[in-house]
Amino acid sequence: MRPYLSVLSARIRMLLQYRAAALAGMSTQLFWGLIRVMIFEAFYRTSLQAQPMTYAEVVNYVWLGQALFALLPWLPDNDVRTMVRTGTVAYELVRPIDLYAFWYSRCLANRIAPALLRSVPLFCLAFLFFGLQPPASPAAAAAWALATLAAILLGGALSNLVNISLLWTIAGEGTIQMLGICIYVFSGMVIPLPLFPDALQPLLNFMPFRGLADTPFRLYMGHIPASQVWAVVGHQLAWTVALVGLGRFLLYRGTRRLVVQGG
Amino acid sequence: MPQIVVENLVKTYRIAERRPGLWGAFRGIVQRSHRTIRALDGISFSLEAGELVGYIGPNGAGKSTTVKILSGIVVPDSGHCAVQGRVPWQDRIRHVARIGVVFGQRTQLWWDLPAIESFDLLRDIYKVPCAAYRHKRDALIAMLELGSFLDVPVRQLSLGQRMRCDLAAALLHSPGLLFLDEPTIGLDAVSKLAMRDFIKELNRQEGTTVILTTHDMDDIEALCNRVMVIGDGAILSDGSLAELRARVSSERRLIVDLVDATATIDDEAARVVQRDGPRVHLSFAPERISAPALISRITARHEVRDLFVENPPIEEVIAQLYRDRP
Repeated sequence: MRPYLSVLSARIRMLLQYRAAALAGMSTQLFWGLIRVMIFEAFYRTSLQAQPMTYAEVVNYVWLGQALFALLPWLPDNDVRTMVRTGTVAYELVRPIDLYAFWYSRCLANRIAPALLRSVPLFCLAFLFFGLQPPASPAAAAAWALATLAAILLGGALSNLVNISLLWTIAGEGTIQMLGICIYVFSGMVIPLPLFPDALQPLLNFMPFRGLADTPFRLYMGHIPASQVWAVVGHQLAWTVALVGLGRFLLYRGTRRLVVQGG
Repeated sequence: MPQIVVENLVKTYRIAERRPGLWGAFRGIVQRSHRTIRALDGISFSLEAGELVGYIGPNGAGKSTTVKILSGIVVPDSGHCAVQGRVPWQDRIRHVARIGVVFGQRTQLWWDLPAIESFDLLRDIYKVPCAAYRHKRDALIAMLELGSFLDVPVRQLSLGQRMRCDLAAALLHSPGLLFLDEPTIGLDAVSKLAMRDFIKELNRQEGTTVILTTHDMDDIEALCNRVMVIGDGAILSDGSLAELRARVSSERRLIVDLVDATATIDDEAARVVQRDGPRVHLSFAPERISAPALISRITARHEVRDLFVENPPIEEVIAQLYRDRP
């Protein structure tokens, strides 16, 4: 474990240097949060039907999403892309460690470090000024914390899959954008998933993306009772295992056919 | 048992060909054409522990491909290869724990961090025990004179400083085998000399086997007791530098400074290859005429201010070898 933990911590230490990026990200997320809340307010004021979530719950959902935005793996990790493009990836292959785990540690660091920097101030602001409620109960808080950890593991597996796909496509814009949009929409970052049509719910329940944001958020506010935390975490971890398996297989295949770019 | 055994390695790359022009680009969307390049066409050699081998050849000859196969990065199409008894691409993790690699055109250091932090990370990756690591690190810092810029982010280092850090990074885990892929590329004369001295010492003191690919023939002359020449994916020559010279041509050079700058030398056993004013470069074959015999004949016919005999430059030998290949 030691090498992977060092990669993780070195990477986090490096990413914590980027204060300007964190500030810029925070203000963007604040701005978007406000706009999304306003849109939902208009929607709830004009809608006559009973909705599966109350307005207060949606506000919670939106601000949790904005605060933890950086945890979502919907942006690519530039370092692996640069390594594959320039051929520096050759150095990754002469390290006596498991390449999948090595990259997975990087992915985790790339999620955790920016989220650490941005989420705390955003949480405070949302609590103080924008109507974010505390967790529904201590049990809900614990369930949310557990599901958030599982969401980080799941997000790492997804972004590592993008990294590995770069061994085929080199530039990788296509897969990254496709997966990015899926993650953005189907994790609930655009519209909370309970507001999607009923017909789509079985599909949303099946796909891995829900576990990145939707289910942890709803555990937080008690929209999913804390007693169901094991079903949520089970779904997240089952997908994590499946995606790690797929990633390992693709990486094995990819390194067999590797062409190092740039001589 | 040899440290490295390579038998009949073949590696081909499939390259998508693009037809020229806009129309060609459109055709390429529907109809792709591929070309197969044989980067390695059945090469074989073996290496004993402690050798310092130069591996040379023109761009695209297959040097880097060989190094990448030996270091477990690239999988060959066919052929066998064992390094320290292991097949690199089958037993990658255990194999790479025992080798060091430097690719001169890339860096293994973290761009935004000081080199020392990369070293610490490599210690954890290679699981070097702390005491051994400190000892080795300090020795390398002293030998390569890294002390003054260890805490500067790598992106701010000069190329020579960065290369020295890269070399140190490749040796922290005390590998028994070191691959250097163009380590002196782009370096100034002083850095090159320092690099050569270091490599020589490493090979002599620690018995580290070194495989060096380079285009710099001075590197080869200064360092290598064995030279392998590769061209078009096949080994053209393998032996000492003297054997390589003898194989290509036994020719030697006699350089004569004449007193009379306009005089011409006309000798049946030697031919003039170059003339700069009073200085005449003659080429002769020692088996036809010995150097003393030629010198006495020329000094008898011409008034000579100075003269000396030398081997043709190694660049010319290699170029000759490429031209002569079947």
